[in-house]
Amino acid sequence: MSVEATTADDTSAPAMMLTTASSGEPELRPLGNAWAWAWPKFIAFAIVIAVWQGAFMAHWKPDYVLPSPLTVWQTLIDNTTNGNTWAEVRVTMRRGVTGYVFAILIGTIIGVAVVQWRAMRMGVASLVAGLQTMPSVAWFPLAILFFGLTESAVFFVVVLGAAPSIAAGVIAGVDEVPPPLLRQGKMLGAKGVNRYRYIVLPAAMPAYLMGMKQGWAFSWRSLLAGELIIGALGQSLGRDMVLAQTAPNGAARVMSIMVVILVVGMVVDGVFTYFTKRIRAKRGLTGLSA
Amino acid sequence: MTVRTRESGTSRAPRTGALHRGALRNGALRDGALRSGALGSGPAVTITDVNKSFGHGHHQMSALDGITLTIDEGEFVCLVGASGCGKSTLLNLIADLDRPTSGTVDVHGRRVAFMFQDATLLPWLTAGENIELALKLRGIPRSQRETRVRELMDLVHLGGRAAKRPHELSGGMRQRTSLARVLAQEADVVLMDEPFAALDAMTRDAMHDELERIYLDLALTVVFVTHNVREAVRLSTRTLLMSSSPGRVHKEFKFDQLPRPRRGDHPRIAALAGELTDELKTEVAKHVR
Repeated sequence: MSVEATTADDTSAPAMMLTTASSGEPELRPLGNAWAWAWPKFIAFAIVIAVWQGAFMAHWKPDYVLPSPLTVWQTLIDNTTNGNTWAEVRVTMRRGVTGYVFAILIGTIIGVAVVQWRAMRMGVASLVAGLQTMPSVAWFPLAILFFGLTESAVFFVVVLGAAPSIAAGVIAGVDEVPPPLLRQGKMLGAKGVNRYRYIVLPAAMPAYLMGMKQGWAFSWRSLLAGELIIGALGQSLGRDMVLAQTAPNGAARVMSIMVVILVVGMVVDGVFTYFTKRIRAKRGLTGLSA
Repeated sequence: MTVRTRESGTSRAPRTGALHRGALRNGALRDGALRSGALGSGPAVTITDVNKSFGHGHHQMSALDGITLTIDEGEFVCLVGASGCGKSTLLNLIADLDRPTSGTVDVHGRRVAFMFQDATLLPWLTAGENIELALKLRGIPRSQRETRVRELMDLVHLGGRAAKRPHELSGGMRQRTSLARVLAQEADVVLMDEPFAALDAMTRDAMHDELERIYLDLALTVVFVTHNVREAVRLSTRTLLMSSSPGRVHKEFKFDQLPRPRRGDHPRIAALAGELTDELKTEVAKHVR
């Protein structure tokens, strides 16, 4: 079929050019671009370290309050080799993941209920939006009254922090399903549960994933806030930070834990970004920012 | 009408293609006997005194006004008219995607499939999976689906592209995938809303050939909306020229005696298309004041 070849050339070539031209960074490509990907991050990192080292050398603060990058690095290595860091990350992550999974469950149920029933939508949709903007730390006094200085209080706040974002992701995702796809689904005979299973949920997936990503960010924040506020809870990152704060030469320890928290956050964010990009690339949506 | 019945009676029985036979073997085609035997015997779609208006009060606008129309089994009916004459509205009513304000639309319990203007392929599925979903939703068992998808993709000349995602296909390939998916539904009535409008002329010609071949092979009933007059003459057994505001069937043209397969560049088709264009122009001019 010569016609086929002609159209393939005509339409797909410009489309591909458009995609590469408009997608900001070279993604999903092998090692050749690893350096291009790495060097801006490396430079940004180097600048931060340089400023820090400069402040240290200028004795802006006493050494026991502002240790040098090297001291913090040494502390981090020490605590990692003796297993402290891993144990703390494990405890904190377990709390985070438990709360987060629960938040996904609750958020999804609320989201689906809101899109399913008109009355729910009027009442709850704006409430969800409001809850999303509310700093989850504000829940702690109430959580402590409910559950005392316990892990349950932290769990409570982690769930409340993340669930609204996830529900909002579901609502946005379902709202933005293109009407032509819904009509096509109807013509294909996708009714009832099948309508959700084969049309609505897959179509809503990118927005849902965005909601989950944001939900994780909120639950991670709530979790650390909780561990700091309710200090005496197991061997966790937050508790260690509270203890280190008052210990002699504790600043290096505090900062090394901050580095751990930052790295964990970046890794999880990277995982979400990877999946979001992948799902968008599969659907030919790479031209838009993920 | 007698001419068409005779013509189809002789041409269709031996034309029964691999796909059709496969379907019969699977027992998936419920009315196989009806299709190959008693073609054109009964009405496929009956539209009686249908009115459709949008909006309320002062903003109310009548899209369709008193449409009465019978489409027989095995017919290929084209709806032609200026934009806004209610062609697509009529199609949506037949598809039950919308309800008439008054009057009735009856498809006599037939299964209806719809091919939209922009191939509404699901972007998270591959081309093959899109077709497979149509089979899955009809309850075709998994063991048969793979073979059927391959047959259908071959039928629209897309063999070997099953693993491509919609955005990796050209516009023509997407529309062919969409066509294969419509065929996977094995509906009795296929509705098409300007399915080839966005394609370049060469691809469109190829699609016309394929659609005509499949229409003859599978003995489909097709209702096809277009604003391309030549396309209507190229494909239809009957073309309805619609007038706008409000939408009415202005005139009817029968092309059931034009032999098939047809060629888009045949002088007779060009001449008939010219006549129809003049008619359409007069009709459009009435409304451009």
